[in-house]
Amino acid sequence: MVSRQERQALNEQRREAMAVLAKANGSDLLALWNEAGLPDDAKILRGPETGLVTVRGRMGGGGAPFNFGEATVTRATVKLPTGEVGHAYALGREKMKVRVAALIDALRQKPDLQDQIEDKILGPLRARQAQADATRRAETAATKVDFFTMVRGED
Amino acid sequence: MYVAVKGGEAAIQNAHRLLADRRRGDRNLPSITLEQIASQLSLAVDRVMSEGSLYDTGLAALAVKQARGDMIEAIFLLRAYRTTLPRFGYSRPVDTAAMLVERRVSATYKDLPGGQLLGPTFDYTHRLLDPELAEDAAPAAPEARSEAEEAMPRVSDILANEGLIEEDGSLPEDREPGDITREPPEFPMERDQRLQALSRGDEGFLLALGYSTQRGYGRNHPFAGEIRIGEVDVEIDVPELDFPLTLGRIRVTECQMVNQFKGSKKVPPQFTRGYGLVFGQSERKAMAMSLCDRALRANELDEDITAPAQDEEFVISHCDNVQATGFVEHLKLPHYVDFQAELGLVRQMRREYEERHKGAAADTERREAAE
Repeated sequence: MVSRQERQALNEQRREAMAVLAKANGSDLLALWNEAGLPDDAKILRGPETGLVTVRGRMGGGGAPFNFGEATVTRATVKLPTGEVGHAYALGREKMKVRVAALIDALRQKPDLQDQIEDKILGPLRARQAQADATRRAETAATKVDFFTMVRGED
Repeated sequence: MYVAVKGGEAAIQNAHRLLADRRRGDRNLPSITLEQIASQLSLAVDRVMSEGSLYDTGLAALAVKQARGDMIEAIFLLRAYRTTLPRFGYSRPVDTAAMLVERRVSATYKDLPGGQLLGPTFDYTHRLLDPELAEDAAPAAPEARSEAEEAMPRVSDILANEGLIEEDGSLPEDREPGDITREPPEFPMERDQRLQALSRGDEGFLLALGYSTQRGYGRNHPFAGEIRIGEVDVEIDVPELDFPLTLGRIRVTECQMVNQFKGSKKVPPQFTRGYGLVFGQSERKAMAMSLCDRALRANELDEDITAPAQDEEFVISHCDNVQATGFVEHLKLPHYVDFQAELGLVRQMRREYEERHKGAAADTERREAAE
């Protein structure tokens, strides 16, 4: 029996991995997947299919929620021959990317594949995303206004 | 009575063929790609996504190309497309305080945590046409400055500490946010429904109305408390998993307008707020939206409704440019029978008028002769 904390930790790891996959650039993910040489023998249970998610904001930034527009989202669910079920959801319409993301989510549930997936796919994706964000932050930071005060007249 | 008239089929076919030709333009020039539109005309794409109410840069770029750059036509195409997709659900509200910020300015506080970040702005450019852009001059790579990551709280949260500014808007806890794409609008609306309508509303219309409030039509002296542009995570709860899923990131623009308020019977004098949140980098639209949001709260804040921007039914019923263009542009479609009927009516009225006139003239003549 898995304890509640253990289950929460596992969920958190899975949530983080799925977020990395969802945010990944489609061609990056497919290239890493092809190189990794992981088994691709899952059965598709659902999709990949594209639909809409209505995006919500909060009035004033932190107040009551409101709907402010829709976004395209693609999802897929796969099942491995050994029974593990993998899900993936991502913004956009990249069906190949989402199918592969669902496969990886399923394969990650096999303890013997976790390290391989981490090293060959999730690690590199995470590093690229962190690098891209750091570049974006640094470019924005260079446009920060450094105020200085000109003292005029006598005090 | 409706009378079906056939014909025009070949004309329509040839017109669309001609449209495709004109859209392609000079064959000696390469055809523009969707990637080029999405990356080099990105603010046009952002506007189409925001008013088309569908976040998908590829589809919006296709719409811009198909519409030959006609924004409202492109928005119409995107709106039509979205009706063909199934709905997966509603996201969790995005957290703009956790945004990966690309621009952030405040006109109310000079020194605020996180600082003033100008980002890729048109502000402070001289608005002189740049002949170098007409050539294919490569721009310099952006300057980069690595800095320790600093939290960037929303300005409204900083101001809220003193109690001189109202809180983020609230609605009853158990209220499911209204969705104007599901339920037909009924007036008066709640603020959540208005914000949804404004977020997809026409930029030009909202800009003009926002401007009118500044010029005295529903005065509510505003300050741009904060404008921030950047990417936020979109998360959703799905039945198959017991934790929220991240779908990816979208770029949004948020505007917090801060307004003077002299208070009312119920509320002490304080700053009130208007809010704007739109897809993409759309600063003008987010600012206009927040001005209109504030003006439309007149009723809630016990203000006299004297100006168009404060009139909820007027603003919300007319801010959708797809609806507006549909009704205005339908006038060019054949109304031959309607017009024939009206022509007959006007002819008859004219006959009666002339007969009355003649009769009156004859009367006057008779009276004059008698005198």
